[in-house]
Amino acid sequence: MSADEEKPGWTSLPMGAVLVTPGSAERNKTGTWRLKRPVLDAKKCTNCLICWIYCPDAAIMRGAKTVEFSYDYCKGCGICANECPLKAIAMTEET
Amino acid sequence: MNGDEAVAFAAKQAKVDVVSAYPITPQTIIVERFSDYVANGEVDTQFVCVESEHSALSACVGSSLVGSRVFTATSSQGLALMHEVLYLASGLRTPIVMAVANRALSAPINIHNDHSDMMGSRDCGWIQVYAENAQEAYDWTLQAFKIAEDPKVSLPVTVNLDGFTISHAMEGVAVLGDYEADQLVGKRHATYTLDTANPMTFGALTLPDYYSEFKRQQVEAMNNSPPVIAAVTDEFKKISGREYSAISAFNIKDADAVVMCLGSIAGTARTVASRLRMQGKRVGVIKIWQYRPFPTKEVAELLSNVKCLGVIDRAVSFGAPYGALCSDVASTKVLTGIRTKLFNVVCGLGGRDVKPSDIEGIFNRALRYAAGEPVDEPFSLVGVRD
Repeated sequence: MSADEEKPGWTSLPMGAVLVTPGSAERNKTGTWRLKRPVLDAKKCTNCLICWIYCPDAAIMRGAKTVEFSYDYCKGCGICANECPLKAIAMTEET
Repeated sequence: MNGDEAVAFAAKQAKVDVVSAYPITPQTIIVERFSDYVANGEVDTQFVCVESEHSALSACVGSSLVGSRVFTATSSQGLALMHEVLYLASGLRTPIVMAVANRALSAPINIHNDHSDMMGSRDCGWIQVYAENAQEAYDWTLQAFKIAEDPKVSLPVTVNLDGFTISHAMEGVAVLGDYEADQLVGKRHATYTLDTANPMTFGALTLPDYYSEFKRQQVEAMNNSPPVIAAVTDEFKKISGREYSAISAFNIKDADAVVMCLGSIAGTARTVASRLRMQGKRVGVIKIWQYRPFPTKEVAELLSNVKCLGVIDRAVSFGAPYGALCSDVASTKVLTGIRTKLFNVVCGLGGRDVKPSDIEGIFNRALRYAAGEPVDEPFSLVGVRD
């Protein structure tokens, strides 16, 4: 795998798999796992934040007028679409 | 003092910060004596009482990650219960020192000595040394802290002492003065520590793209340890006059037939070998002090002119061609091309006395094979009733 060649080898990794700086999970983009993508109908969204509360992965951000999705981390579970009382979120196939 | 007391005294002189342990025969006296030190205010150590060995070693791992010097002790079922945490300690590179008063594993239940406990956890990534008597148990425990905590190593160490035979047997033990012990062991300087002012993540998930690299680091740490152990034993010799290395060889020069063992059997083997020497038989004894990392090169050098070696194991590796120690010697043979004939004997299980006559029988077989007879029994249990 070419991606592995860019990763650090055993001689440069910190001993014992210690993560020496906090916040490294942010760099690990997990959105590629997603099969379905939530898409917001901004006209229907009232910014009630129910989806924001229910998202198990903190992948929904609060915006000025509507919520926004972070596609870097959203895994497409569809809980937001299921919980939205206004049916403002549609799950669409990832291409 | 007995072996357990000697170990507890070494831990005291090493000024350990944390002890977490759970009592189990025949290790109990170690923890009892150490809790006396704590109760009497003789040590500045946090003694963490827990409900099991699994928790004991877990508390040790956490304490070690803070940067503390950590000690614990166990035996048999206790070591087995620690099994998964043993791998955490080595994988997280926590330089814990643990005394294992070796005892047989159940079933049937037995409280006496053999090596099935440590051999059952042989591949846990810890450095493993075996003592022959209370003196060696004391000496190795003290040295173990300096070996484990060396930044080039940073691995946990088990100091093995045969249950009852060493743990409960009273002997004269020469101890260092507190000042000398302190000079030898020094302070621990941890590379990474749990620290709220400088947060780090320990024990994070590593997937197939990283796990191998960390195992490779552990291989390297193990490989780094022999020169560190040599430096520590050198320094120890200067202070104490007592000399240690990976192996102790007895009458090995010009020996045709040699017996190899771990732990307390070595004393009996040397006595028998001396008697046979007086009869003109060219026999010697190899005692392995440093079992992990296995001293492959040194074993090969010692065996280069030996015609036959009988290896004594004190644990059965069920279904395997040889016991654990003999398997390592067989690997050494393949790796180095030495031509020594090899046979394996398992004895002393569950505290069964290994008599001089048993050892003499092994020497006589080795001499016969050395003289040209083919090895008719490459693996056997000795001292078992039919």
